[in-house]
Amino acid sequence: MEKGKRGRKSIIKINDVWKIYDLGEVKIPVLRGLNLDIKKGEFLAIMGPSGSGKSTAMNLIGCLDLPTKGTVFLDGKDISKLHESALAQIRGRKIGFVFQQFNLINSLTALGNVMLPMIFQEIPGEKRKERALNLLTQVGLSNRVNHLPTQLSGGEQQRVALARALANNPEIVLADEPTGNLDSKTGKEIIKFLKELHSKENKTVIVITHDKNIAKHAKRITHLMDGKVVKDGR
Amino acid sequence: MLSDYIKFSFDSLRHRKLRSWLTMIGIFIGIAAVVALISISQGMQTTITEQFEMMGTNKIMVMPGGGAMFGMFGGGELNADDLDAVGKADGVDISAEMYYESGNIKFSDETKNTFIIGLPTDETLEIIENMQGFDIEKGRDLKSGDRYKITIGWLLWEGDFFEKSVDLRDKVEIEGQEFSVVGLVSRIGNNADDSQVYIPLETAREILDEPKEISTIFVEIKESYEVDDVAENIKEELRDSRDEDEGEETFSVQTFEQLLEQFNDILGIVSIVLIGIAAISIVVGGVGIMNTMYTSVLERTKEIGIMKAVGAKNSNVMTLFLIESGMIGLAGGIIGIGIGIGLSKIVEIIAAQAGLLPIKAYLGAPLLLGALAFSFIIGAASGTLPAMQASKMKPVDALRYE
Repeated sequence: MEKGKRGRKSIIKINDVWKIYDLGEVKIPVLRGLNLDIKKGEFLAIMGPSGSGKSTAMNLIGCLDLPTKGTVFLDGKDISKLHESALAQIRGRKIGFVFQQFNLINSLTALGNVMLPMIFQEIPGEKRKERALNLLTQVGLSNRVNHLPTQLSGGEQQRVALARALANNPEIVLADEPTGNLDSKTGKEIIKFLKELHSKENKTVIVITHDKNIAKHAKRITHLMDGKVVKDGR
Repeated sequence: MLSDYIKFSFDSLRHRKLRSWLTMIGIFIGIAAVVALISISQGMQTTITEQFEMMGTNKIMVMPGGGAMFGMFGGGELNADDLDAVGKADGVDISAEMYYESGNIKFSDETKNTFIIGLPTDETLEIIENMQGFDIEKGRDLKSGDRYKITIGWLLWEGDFFEKSVDLRDKVEIEGQEFSVVGLVSRIGNNADDSQVYIPLETAREILDEPKEISTIFVEIKESYEVDDVAENIKEELRDSRDEDEGEETFSVQTFEQLLEQFNDILGIVSIVLIGIAAISIVVGGVGIMNTMYTSVLERTKEIGIMKAVGAKNSNVMTLFLIESGMIGLAGGIIGIGIGIGLSKIVEIIAAQAGLLPIKAYLGAPLLLGALAFSFIIGAASGTLPAMQASKMKPVDALRYE
């Protein structure tokens, strides 16, 4: 088990990771020896201009993609060579995603969207519904459970997405520009909620953003540039 | 968990209502055709079987013509010598002759063409009537000594064969000869048989100028004989008397069982051809489903990405899309079965009204459940390739798709 500076366990450890996109004629290295150690319960912001590799980094942290070279440890387990279905299981259990585009499924109600991750973990129907209703109440949408995404405002949709991210009680909440499509007021609510997840529920919260005002809420800010960490800390 | 998938698929189909409906049309036309065809042909088979059974299985018919279908085609005639030969065959109890020809019949200045049946007026009349399935409803049968008496089919006295209905004691004219109506024959059930008229055999030969010809010999076998054995005996006798070699007969000997088999063979071929055509429609419907599912996979690439991000395995995605296409098939099947039942009921009614054989459409559980299962399988099979494509998408790529 990796031990961090303050004796806390690493939840994600990225070791000299390269990600090279092979476009036939040209190979584009997006990550060039990325090292990142994220501790359990941390509130981390990853910043960087576009093209810095932060989205690719997020994909690796979120087990959505595998590195070309190097290793990614999640909870001490090397996931860089796992099969897609094993990765899917890990994602479903350990990671909750919040996307800039909300990414809700339009044919499902708010409730259906929150229950979806639990279906894939085969949680029985009654329990699933109860938990989804609890989560929607937590994010203040108890009166909106049967609305379709298209009937909800942007802020409401992102709150549904937050509830969905928490559906399987993951250790990590991974938010990719979570306020990018929201006005500043609703954006603040989302950030407040993410902060509470960190402070009250001791979740590891990772926010990918290019917005300093968002990043400043995090306890740690990592700057990426050209596929490497160029600045790390507060 | 299956119910969750079904609900999820259902929501997603409802979300694309119009396209789901259009896709279903392809399937339900085919299923409707298959259900209707099977139900009608099964119904026909049952009806015919019942009719044959009613006539009795201890009967044999001898007709001119080689062993072609129903013995109606080809040369060779039967005459009195053949009747004698048949009578001599081992196991034959009664043999009866019948002669028929189409001819003109005139009633109150209206002339129509129909079959004139010449019937014996002795005790052998009864077995012909049994085998042809008719009896006298009003009046009396032809009897020995009758010369210019006639009994008439149902359509002449109750139907619209002539503008005016013919009644007992009315006079009709055949080939210039006047006949007096003595009997009204009960309804047989199809227009051809119900428009026939019956006159004494000798009279028929006389006025139709065919002194010797026999159209059909009807045989009733003795008890304790097997109908097939007797049929063989008759063949042998006839071959001897007509001096013909085996395999080159110009007559045919049919038991009702054989007739039934032949009928079923023909019906079988017709059904296979028709069902084949309907099957093409189903295949086209399946291609339609495939097309829709490919579009759906493409359209929902992002959705697939989302599902994978929240923990869906390849197999989950695959199952979802399979259920979805299966449900299109199934829904198409349910509608198709409904339409198919409707169609066969309509045919049933039309057949009854047109005075054809009464058909009772077969709508048993095996047919309906089979059609249902089949439509689901077609749907799922058509969805397999698109579903595989969906399941193999890489989550990063799928999520990035706009």
